[in-house]
Amino acid sequence: MTTANGPRDLYKRVARWLEETPTELLASRRSQAELMFRRMGITFAVYGDQESTERLIPFDIVPRILGQSEWARLEAGLVQRVKALNLFLADLYGKADILRAGVVPSDIIYRNPAFRPEMAGRAVPHGVYVQIAGIDIVRVDEKDFYVLEDNVRTPSGVSYMLENREAMMRLLPDLFAMHRVAPVESYPNELLACLRSVAPLGAGADPTIAVLTPGQFNSAYYEHSFLADKLGVELVEGRDLIVRDDVVYMRTTQGPKRVDVIYRRLDDDYLDPLAFRPDSMLGVAGLMSAYQAGNVTLANAVGTGVADDKAVYTYMPEIIRFYLGEESLLKNVPTWRCREPDSLKYVLEHLPELVVKEVNGSGGYGMLVGPHASKADIELFAGKLARDPNNFIAQPTLSLSSCPASFPTGVAPRHVDLRPFVLTGAHGSRVVPGGLTRVALKEGSLVVNSSQGGGTKDTWVIDDSNLG
Amino acid sequence: MLARTADNLYWLARYMERADYLARIVNTTLRLAALPSANGGDRAEWESALSSAGGLERFKEMHDAITPDKVIDFLVYDANNPSSIVNCIENGRFNARAVRTALTAETWDSINMGWLELKKLEQSRAGVRSDPQILGQLLDLAMKLSLDVDGSCYRTMLRNDAYWFGRLGLYLERADNTARILDVKYNLLLPDTEVVGGSLDYFQWTAILRAVSALTSYNWIYRDSVKPWLIADLLILRQEMPRSLISCYDNIQRFLDSIGRAYGRQGAAQRHARNVLTRLENTSMDQVFATGLHEFITAFVDDNNRLGWEIAEQYLVN
Repeated sequence: MTTANGPRDLYKRVARWLEETPTELLASRRSQAELMFRRMGITFAVYGDQESTERLIPFDIVPRILGQSEWARLEAGLVQRVKALNLFLADLYGKADILRAGVVPSDIIYRNPAFRPEMAGRAVPHGVYVQIAGIDIVRVDEKDFYVLEDNVRTPSGVSYMLENREAMMRLLPDLFAMHRVAPVESYPNELLACLRSVAPLGAGADPTIAVLTPGQFNSAYYEHSFLADKLGVELVEGRDLIVRDDVVYMRTTQGPKRVDVIYRRLDDDYLDPLAFRPDSMLGVAGLMSAYQAGNVTLANAVGTGVADDKAVYTYMPEIIRFYLGEESLLKNVPTWRCREPDSLKYVLEHLPELVVKEVNGSGGYGMLVGPHASKADIELFAGKLARDPNNFIAQPTLSLSSCPASFPTGVAPRHVDLRPFVLTGAHGSRVVPGGLTRVALKEGSLVVNSSQGGGTKDTWVIDDSNLG
Repeated sequence: MLARTADNLYWLARYMERADYLARIVNTTLRLAALPSANGGDRAEWESALSSAGGLERFKEMHDAITPDKVIDFLVYDANNPSSIVNCIENGRFNARAVRTALTAETWDSINMGWLELKKLEQSRAGVRSDPQILGQLLDLAMKLSLDVDGSCYRTMLRNDAYWFGRLGLYLERADNTARILDVKYNLLLPDTEVVGGSLDYFQWTAILRAVSALTSYNWIYRDSVKPWLIADLLILRQEMPRSLISCYDNIQRFLDSIGRAYGRQGAAQRHARNVLTRLENTSMDQVFATGLHEFITAFVDDNNRLGWEIAEQYLVN
């Protein structure tokens, strides 16, 4: 992060290292990193991209650095937020107190396609709906963290957190030696413990866990196989699973084997053709009924999407207050709910300076970045907004914090965000000190999504008590 | 282990072995076709290459005439031929990617690197299909890739069912390949073939040996000039020849037994493999020639296919 005065103290040593390291060496490290990722097959697919089905996410060798003390603040805020999200979901699928109290309008819940009536009145093990959350964080100044988005369906990116660290330790050991960086390598271990802790009661002491993937053509397939490998569990596709008498089995070379916990990376809609989309070839017929019978745990639970909706997002401060009686430690980006006539009017009048997002969109698709949009785009969006205001929210264009990035032409600041991962099991929440830092590599760009030209960085939480 | 994982490992190995075999077929045919020919020349050689690769019928459905360029394109590059070398490598990597968690880093690395190299070659070829230099590089790549994958499996994988299913795929495919080339060329190998010392015959025989990388082995084992019936002996009954039918079945039976022991259960596949091996062990080349080389090979190909089905049914499609 840079201020007008130059790099913040946290970056002092990195800055010095960047100055002292010859440009050719930096260049060779950069190309080594790319070669490494390519060889390991760490790729993602871009939907609709005919040219290459597998692409690398650009990796920037300059780490993004957070100090221990600011991390502690962030961590407390994340844990608070995920705790409230879990209570919120339990309530929505239970007595719905929060709706009756009028804190959140009920139509944004019940008219939301991600709300699953199938879940109403059913408990989940230990009341945990969101075992794995990815909360997108941005900063606009040195003090505050803002939540940009909660991701509580099937958040991805954690493999980059782990592989970026691996790459950095191999490529830049000298830089590591200068800092005391908190380790992130324990993530798979913690994830495994978390998944084990939410197994159904009948599963016994050694539950069988599997990672469910939509398959090789999914953009995050690499991550699915990476996680299964690190967890030491099977990576299954829908066709590998069968349900008999409400019990889930996987097909093995020795016949069917019972599965107790499924870390699923498949959206609700595709989970079970009998319960949801009948044309889903990716799911498992009968899975939902086994789930409802309590014979298998799905992580995350079915129906969590109702809580990470951009319309619900605007109510998060109220939701946290309602369940925990606390003020939110992390800030919400000020947001206009276009469903409210006054807000809509304001938004329509100020489109060129706002970011407008579809309530249910993700991945940077279906959004308008006012300051970078053409006149025609703005007019197009104004039309969409007027037709269906409930479907949109708008936010000011934040002056996102930036962080140095290394290019063939030298080091230059680029905008970044951060996605830490919060794990919640029977015994509370944990956050591994780090996360996925995404960086907008195009000069001046604010869009960090990998599908739109963003890259990633290693994220360091360092001991900042003694920086020289 | 997931049945699908076993299936992917089995097919990964089969595709790698097939890519190697196809590359050798194309290489030896290029050699033969370069010779001055007495009978049919080029065309006959390339037709025989198609038969050896098991692709003659499909080729004829797609093309009117057999020309060297068309056959090379079909066997090496054609995306519509499921068994072209390029497709074997693509399919091999597809299967590998589906079971990355069951592979060692080294094995994944070898197949992924080969695949990346293939992509580079295809790019530099940019539509000029007949570029002989790129063809040569691609054939070398296919053979080296097969060797790398095989070697990294052998060197780095745990000796458990994941390894055994891969080995089964490899030896089943290898047995099929050896039998196929014997089937196409059997008329050249009969003992009553007149040894007239014609150079064409000599080249035909050595071509068979080359196709299964056995020319040097032949010299070491027989220390004799190339005799067609000895070639048949080498490729069918010689234990020490790693591509002979008997050696393949020796391995198949061993790995099927390992699986059976680990799972505590034997099945139709184990019984059938043992039968095939016993028959090979109790036969001599004289008997093979007496019953007819062609008939013998045809029966073997059927047996080998049947074992493929039995393995699939017993383990892979559970």
